[in-house]
Amino acid sequence: MDETRHRIRERAEQALKLLLSLTVTFMGLLAVTFFIGRVVPIDPVLAAVGDRASAESYAQARRELGLDRPLYQQFLIYASKALRGDFGKSVLTSNAVIDDIKRVFPATFELATLAALLGVLVGVPAGVAAAAKKGSWVDHGIRFVGLLGYSVPIFWLGLMGLLVFYAKLGIVAGPGRSDVLFEGLVPTVTGALLLDSALAGQWEAFRDAFAHIILPASILGVFSMAYISRMTRSFMLEQLQAEYVNTARIKGLSERTVVWRHALGNAWVPLVTVIALSYGNLLEGSILTEVVFAWPGLGSYITNSLMSADMNAVLGGTVMVGIVFIALNFITDILYKRLDPRAR
Amino acid sequence: MEASKTTLGAWLSSAAPESPWQAWCGDAWRSWLLFRRNPLAMAGLAIMLALVVLAAIGPLIAPADPLAQSLGLRLSPPGANGYILGSDELGRDILSRLLYGARISLSIVLMVAVAVAPVGLAIGTIAGYFGGPVDTVLMRITDIFLSFPRLVLALALASALGPGIENAVIAIAITAWPPYARIARAETISIRNSDFIAASRLQGASPLRIIATQVAPLCASSVIVRVTLDMAGIMLTAAGLGFLGLGAQPPSPEWGAMVAAGRRFVFDQWWVAAMPGLAICAVSLGFNFLGDGLRDVLDPKSGS
Repeated sequence: MDETRHRIRERAEQALKLLLSLTVTFMGLLAVTFFIGRVVPIDPVLAAVGDRASAESYAQARRELGLDRPLYQQFLIYASKALRGDFGKSVLTSNAVIDDIKRVFPATFELATLAALLGVLVGVPAGVAAAAKKGSWVDHGIRFVGLLGYSVPIFWLGLMGLLVFYAKLGIVAGPGRSDVLFEGLVPTVTGALLLDSALAGQWEAFRDAFAHIILPASILGVFSMAYISRMTRSFMLEQLQAEYVNTARIKGLSERTVVWRHALGNAWVPLVTVIALSYGNLLEGSILTEVVFAWPGLGSYITNSLMSADMNAVLGGTVMVGIVFIALNFITDILYKRLDPRAR
Repeated sequence: MEASKTTLGAWLSSAAPESPWQAWCGDAWRSWLLFRRNPLAMAGLAIMLALVVLAAIGPLIAPADPLAQSLGLRLSPPGANGYILGSDELGRDILSRLLYGARISLSIVLMVAVAVAPVGLAIGTIAGYFGGPVDTVLMRITDIFLSFPRLVLALALASALGPGIENAVIAIAITAWPPYARIARAETISIRNSDFIAASRLQGASPLRIIATQVAPLCASSVIVRVTLDMAGIMLTAAGLGFLGLGAQPPSPEWGAMVAAGRRFVFDQWWVAAMPGLAICAVSLGFNFLGDGLRDVLDPKSGS
């Protein structure tokens, strides 16, 4: 009885600690974006009223924006608004920033998810093969390609991909998310065009969406492939040195079973966290990829707003990416504890 | 000659060094022998040396002024009209621009490294040495910065500060220090209870003095190694900012900005965007090879 009570209390304490650290991190995120918003050399009042406003309307706008209050009050107002999802209005689109983000986020999500899938499907087998044939030319080759993937500037790779596969070979579609022909034809359910068109049974639109997404997703996937294959290799090397692998070999199991079932089975646990973290990096990589491919996602939204000094939109987008990052870290932590019996 | 070589070798590989200096040299020598066996690492070293040399003597060997325009010869393909790597939309020689741009890229990477390593070192050693609430607060701040994707934060910062190389450096530096603080903290915690620290405490040294004279020098090497590993990332972030128009401003021959300028012509005059991109690729590959080799040498567990 006392035992269970003790455990419940321990669990509750853990949960509370986690919640507290999440809150602190989130407030820190807001504090950083608030600070960035304050050091902007552009006058936020001018941005709102325009430079031909009278002194009175300028002062009024300043009061309405809360800029005449002390800094800490401004931060509290900013934070409480942000918690309610209010990041102000975008000057560029004149919509609420949160609505804009809701509109563009699915495109980024779709792109990053496909890229992550490609990264896992190629990266994990490559890493396993490299570890199993350690020191061979397979290993060196995979390692070389991995380092190459780390070193290529993604925006340049995207341009070259467009040049070769779109302009010269013509096997993929050009920039953008779909042809004008299919615009607005597919009812929005999930926001991911591939899923939506498949759900609606519009295979023409699906093929078009696929032709558009495959190149940016592959380019974006190169980086996560490099990262995942490298981490897989190092986890696998660790496992392959373990005693149980020797035991399995001595038992007479085939090398394939030993490597792919026994060793990879154990390497999966840390690998899941690596994959989750690489997903966060994909969001980041997608910014430059989206710019190159005119992909109408969060990255394009942030950079377009940036060009027109639309700080509300830039900071709102930044907070959004930060939230996804924090959430991913959180999920990774929980996953790790679930999957690894030692961490329970 | 041969004899002096063997004595030098014997001095370096001596199992019983007579001075700290000899021990240090011997360590470095053994690391170098390991490093030399790694072909990728040697390739990286060669690329880096080539880059430094090219950046240093670039103005001497550049065939043209990087800013000299000749509109009549604009967008010449590589090899035509005396342009080895072609000319850009204003008829400027791409090769010369790349050579001058090497200086910009190198100096950005160096400036970020110089700005970031001491900050990370200071925060990490202070957090690790004092522990308790100081540690909690500093590490919370570190975690907050780590929870930001680097490029996004650098983007927001660079756009707030306004475009330009200095601001790009500041933006990258502010996003790059947390990992170094983590490393320095871990090292500090592992040595803070050592006898030699206790000894200097008993001699009456203040905590800050101990951190500066005893702890920080010991943590510096791992921080420096980590900076080397990160240089490719710094370089790519800088190029990304340049590509988005937030780094160096035209007509500066920064490589990322050059790719951005060539973007309009990529389908017809591919070389304008391709050449600077290849340069970025080569250099960051060099940094990565070098870093990978260093990691193998210094941490044999992770290597091949």
